[in-house]
Amino acid sequence: MQRPPIAVDAERERPLALVVRAPGTNCDAEMVRAFRLAGADAELIHLDTLIDEPKRLDRAHLLGFPGGFSYGDDVASGRVFALRLRQRLYPALRAAAGRGVAMIAACNGFQIIVQAGLLPGPYDGPFPESPAPQQVSLTFNEGGRFIDRWCGVEYDASSVCIWTRDLARAGLSGSARMLPIAHGEGRFVARDADVMAALKSRGMIAVRYANGDNPNASDDSVAGICDATGRIFGLMPHPERFLDWTRHPFWTRLSPAERAGDTPGLAMFRSAVSVVRAEMSNRAGS
Amino acid sequence: MPSPAASAAPGVANAAPVHRFEVTPAPGQRDPIGQSVARDAAAIGLAPASVRATHVYLVSAPLSATQLDTIARELLADPITERASVGSQPTQPGERVVEVHPLPGVMDPVAQSVALAIRELTGVDAEVASGWRYDIAGLDAHQARRLAQSLLANPVIHRVTDTPYTPASFPRGTSHEHEVRSIPIIALSDDQLVRLSREAHLFLSLDEMRSVQAHYRSIGREPRDIELETLAQTWSEHCVHKTLKSTVTYRDTLLPASGSSRRQIDWSSRPGTMVHADGSITIANMLKSTVAAATFELIADGVDWTLSVFKDNSGVIAFDENVGVCVKVETHNHPSAIEPYGGAATGAGGCIRDVIGTGLGAKPIANTDIFCVAFPDHFRSDADANATGADDSRQPLPPGTLHPRRVLTQVVAGVRDYGNRMGIPTVNGAVAFDDRYVGNPLVFCGCIGVIPRDKVKGAARPGDRIIAVGGRTGRDGIHGATFSSAELEQTASDEFAHAVQIGNAITEKQVFDAILRARDHADGCLYTAMTDCGAGGFSSAVGEMGSKLGAEVHLERAPLKYPGLSYTEIWISEAQERMVLAVPPENVAKLRAICQQEGVEIADLGHFGTPEADLILNFHGREVGRLSMALLHDGIPMPTREATWTQQVPRAFTGAAQPHIKDALRSLLSHPDIASKQFIIRQYDHEVQGATIVKPLVGPRSRGPADASVIEPVPGSGRGLAIANGLQTPVGDPQLGGDPYLMALAAVDECVRNLVCVGADPSRIAILDNFCWPSCAKGENLGSLLRACIGCYDAAKAYRTPFVSGKDSLNNQLKFTDPATGLERVIEIPPTLLISGIAIVPDITRCVTSDAKSPGNALLLIGHIQSTMGGSRYQQLFGLPSPAFPHSASNLVPGTNLHAGPAAARFVASLIADGHVRSAHDVSDGGLLCAVSEMLIGAFAHAGLGLNTPPAGPIGADLRLSMVHAEAIVAAFSESPSCYVLEVEADRVQRVLAMGAQAGVPVTPIGSLNDSGVLTDPALRLSAVVGDLVHAFTHPLAW
Repeated sequence: MQRPPIAVDAERERPLALVVRAPGTNCDAEMVRAFRLAGADAELIHLDTLIDEPKRLDRAHLLGFPGGFSYGDDVASGRVFALRLRQRLYPALRAAAGRGVAMIAACNGFQIIVQAGLLPGPYDGPFPESPAPQQVSLTFNEGGRFIDRWCGVEYDASSVCIWTRDLARAGLSGSARMLPIAHGEGRFVARDADVMAALKSRGMIAVRYANGDNPNASDDSVAGICDATGRIFGLMPHPERFLDWTRHPFWTRLSPAERAGDTPGLAMFRSAVSVVRAEMSNRAGS
Repeated sequence: MPSPAASAAPGVANAAPVHRFEVTPAPGQRDPIGQSVARDAAAIGLAPASVRATHVYLVSAPLSATQLDTIARELLADPITERASVGSQPTQPGERVVEVHPLPGVMDPVAQSVALAIRELTGVDAEVASGWRYDIAGLDAHQARRLAQSLLANPVIHRVTDTPYTPASFPRGTSHEHEVRSIPIIALSDDQLVRLSREAHLFLSLDEMRSVQAHYRSIGREPRDIELETLAQTWSEHCVHKTLKSTVTYRDTLLPASGSSRRQIDWSSRPGTMVHADGSITIANMLKSTVAAATFELIADGVDWTLSVFKDNSGVIAFDENVGVCVKVETHNHPSAIEPYGGAATGAGGCIRDVIGTGLGAKPIANTDIFCVAFPDHFRSDADANATGADDSRQPLPPGTLHPRRVLTQVVAGVRDYGNRMGIPTVNGAVAFDDRYVGNPLVFCGCIGVIPRDKVKGAARPGDRIIAVGGRTGRDGIHGATFSSAELEQTASDEFAHAVQIGNAITEKQVFDAILRARDHADGCLYTAMTDCGAGGFSSAVGEMGSKLGAEVHLERAPLKYPGLSYTEIWISEAQERMVLAVPPENVAKLRAICQQEGVEIADLGHFGTPEADLILNFHGREVGRLSMALLHDGIPMPTREATWTQQVPRAFTGAAQPHIKDALRSLLSHPDIASKQFIIRQYDHEVQGATIVKPLVGPRSRGPADASVIEPVPGSGRGLAIANGLQTPVGDPQLGGDPYLMALAAVDECVRNLVCVGADPSRIAILDNFCWPSCAKGENLGSLLRACIGCYDAAKAYRTPFVSGKDSLNNQLKFTDPATGLERVIEIPPTLLISGIAIVPDITRCVTSDAKSPGNALLLIGHIQSTMGGSRYQQLFGLPSPAFPHSASNLVPGTNLHAGPAAARFVASLIADGHVRSAHDVSDGGLLCAVSEMLIGAFAHAGLGLNTPPAGPIGADLRLSMVHAEAIVAAFSESPSCYVLEVEADRVQRVLAMGAQAGVPVTPIGSLNDSGVLTDPALRLSAVVGDLVHAFTHPLAW
């Protein structure tokens, strides 16, 4: 699929990431830090501000939907946030997706954007004019309880996801193929087998829980998916909590060599930021 | 955006019909909520064939059929996994309905969010209530009711019905006659004063009532109701710590020297202390002369890194040149006894507000929680009271109490929901078990924050506006401060239902987001002082902030949850999630703008500064109360209290037959004090904020218990903060012949060891005290409290660990009528002292965890194993052989050597800092053999979590415990203070031994790690497969 043009601000050397928060969002500072370490400028913006001034999105190259308990996760996780996006901000988000703004949505963010119609998104062509019916859902963990732990994960090398493709190719060791989860409603469920088949065949499944380590009984162990362009990415694990090796659950057992270089969490942000930067400099140069 | 609290706003037409929505799992979808209710029911002996859970929403608003359909589809149901319907679905044959709704006036956060979303979807203002319906098959009506009572509802806050509940309209508050009431006390007799104090829930002593009476006699009028209430709140034990601050006369009766090397307290030359000729002792202001004196003496002696101690809502120490860290630990015992979920959640919320309300505002970065409950297996639940056979040796629950399992699971859920929603990692905790906590569980909630060093101090100025921000004021939480100062009685849940609350963490998060923006405003901090509304509500917050200036308050300006509150209710309500700020008039508009953006309500209640520094209370333009701040804050009489202490003979436990050491080890690892708390820890988000360096569970499969947690308060700085606690209740237990003095020493020592084991600098440890005691009106209990205070002083001085904050809860006992005998009984909790500690970790990359690392490495014991088995978990389970091994094992509780303990801590810290140590663990509950076992359990890499990493050969160990003590039971299971196990590479052992000799610290090689997967000690004939130990450790509390 042809990639749509991305907005370029000639003044800017570093791409701009907007991180959207609402009452109850609480992983925003980590996500801002992740974007900054990865080479972007990052600004935190309140959902109400964005609703009042949707033009603020026009300057953004990247968009982050962080985790937390937006609006208390009352009714269901992310439900009220998603409803407000659908009601008040969908045209602006659709336009942003059309410009190729790269988006990441972790945990509560993932729950939000699948309900807002941003994921999985259209298999071909632009986003529809009004939000599409929900295709996938993130519902109660099988145990019915909130869980915080690290899981083994596998990055799918056939995925089109610009956030994870470097990781999928990197040949990471087992201990590096881990991410933390912390959620009560993270069980990935597709509407039906056709949806699941489409996600698979189009490389939209970016990350799965490792074999035998599926913490919530997600369909096909899916931990994260992207849209057909690979630019909009949602996942239940928290890559923004793994920006330093000292956050690894058993880093005191790893050798200095094993904990050298970027963590996989940071590498995800770096991967998307570098794609966006390359596109910016291409356009600036052309 | 309008505030979400508007769901209960006055002015919504109350004639609107109530619509009922039900949301169920779609056909073919799982029902995890229903299944988990069925599982929990099975655990208490009820076995429903099935449980289906339905979320119910009651919406009162004029809505069309189309709008109802939109709400059902777009808002309430997940289109893939759920179905929503309007009205109530018929009951299936053979099933019974249990429906649970919050009582009117109880906080219902879900309802607030739904009201917001309905406005967004339809533009209609609705009033909303939410609840749950359970359709249960396979139980009769009686059993269904028991299930509801035991698992699903608490009558204190819930309405339970056996049919779907749809009221015709929502209940409304009734308006109140606001006449100003005077309470005649001038002419009352002593007896009448006592009766008034109890019946009006003032809980003031006769002396205090007499002082109040004298004051009003002197000004020639009767007090008004609001004035008496204000005095009662301000003078409550909870707010003023009148017992700990009182002058105490103490005498003791000690046992003749018992052959032990027991340190007796040296009473000479202690601060504030006089030794009389008859051997009795007088201590002026017990708290100031012990806990606080230690801190100020340490500061005078060069401890230059405390920034604010005892004065503020939390204690503050320097973290680096720019940032301070603050810490506070509170208890919320009585509310948690009655409504464990709400009690624990609001306990966590209140402690978090204390941190936010420190100085000009701190950012919370970590929570801790410690619970003390009865052994769940020792008590019958309500549900199986009639269902079990005659051989059931479990005790019935005292009337009016909740089952310990329910208490524990609900307090965990309360802390979980509040901490997780606030986005604060809960990184450290403990659970301790003793049956005397049955009616009086202890819930300690701690919070740690970061604060810029230039924001540590604030003070209101005359003319500053009194600004309330956050949640609305309701009738909930009335009398919490005085309630917490009372003894619990079996009728407490009826009498004090209004003191129990449900919190709303999202409101608190919004308040906190707004406050930090106001603190860091481009024009400078928008306010001059701040405090939270905790116990006593506005009365305490405004009273404290205006104690020097006076304040004038207009109570009708406080936003209310519903109409009809009296002015006194507004003034003393402890409704949650409220803060009070002192704001210069020119900044009010800027603050208002921020609050509006963050969706936080703000109200201007009046101003600080009155001519006589009086507190003046008005309601709709009429003065309803006037008090002098001097009376409020200095008028409380401080009588001298009598304390006694009679040392008890150590209880001689005699075990019939001593188990084989392997069986003893397995039983100890399954002891609830020791067994894995994974089921709790996994429910807490301990990693939000992305700064948790040492997590509460460690090792390749996250199975090992960490000694302390470490966070990086300023991400990227490389500097850490370690968080741990010490709790040594058995050492002070009078029933075991314990001594609270020794308990305090052991608790400080344990806290220090936990911190040192992860890499903390022992010269940068700050500690906190939380005393939970039975009634100190009883001389023996006051005597044991005094001894614990003395222990705190001695330990803090010896370890150079200043106390920076603390709290006490001094009426923890349950009075009830025993249904079996008809006699009145009192269950006193054992005196419980929690020491919490925070410490600087200079370099987080040097952190060490407790999981064993590599075969071939040596295990070293640091410190000296004592023969004292008193209070040990081994003694608790098995007793000791009788006659106890003469001169080699004793029933005495252990003492802590105040020279050796600090020396060992410094030594271990220097070894870790120099990179000699691969793993470290303190010797605590269960003794040395349990400590080594936990290191192996932590390293056990077979199965479990994080399956991506290949299992290495399971690590085993070969021990020679006879090196540390000739008596095997002592060597293996003595819970000696000041001991550590370190894993050191084999080629470093000689060097470490030499360093130990030089430092004067005992270092004993006790064995080495191997790849056998078996824990062995040939001389002890011990051979235990580590996988079995893992099972023993992890399964007992796998709830």
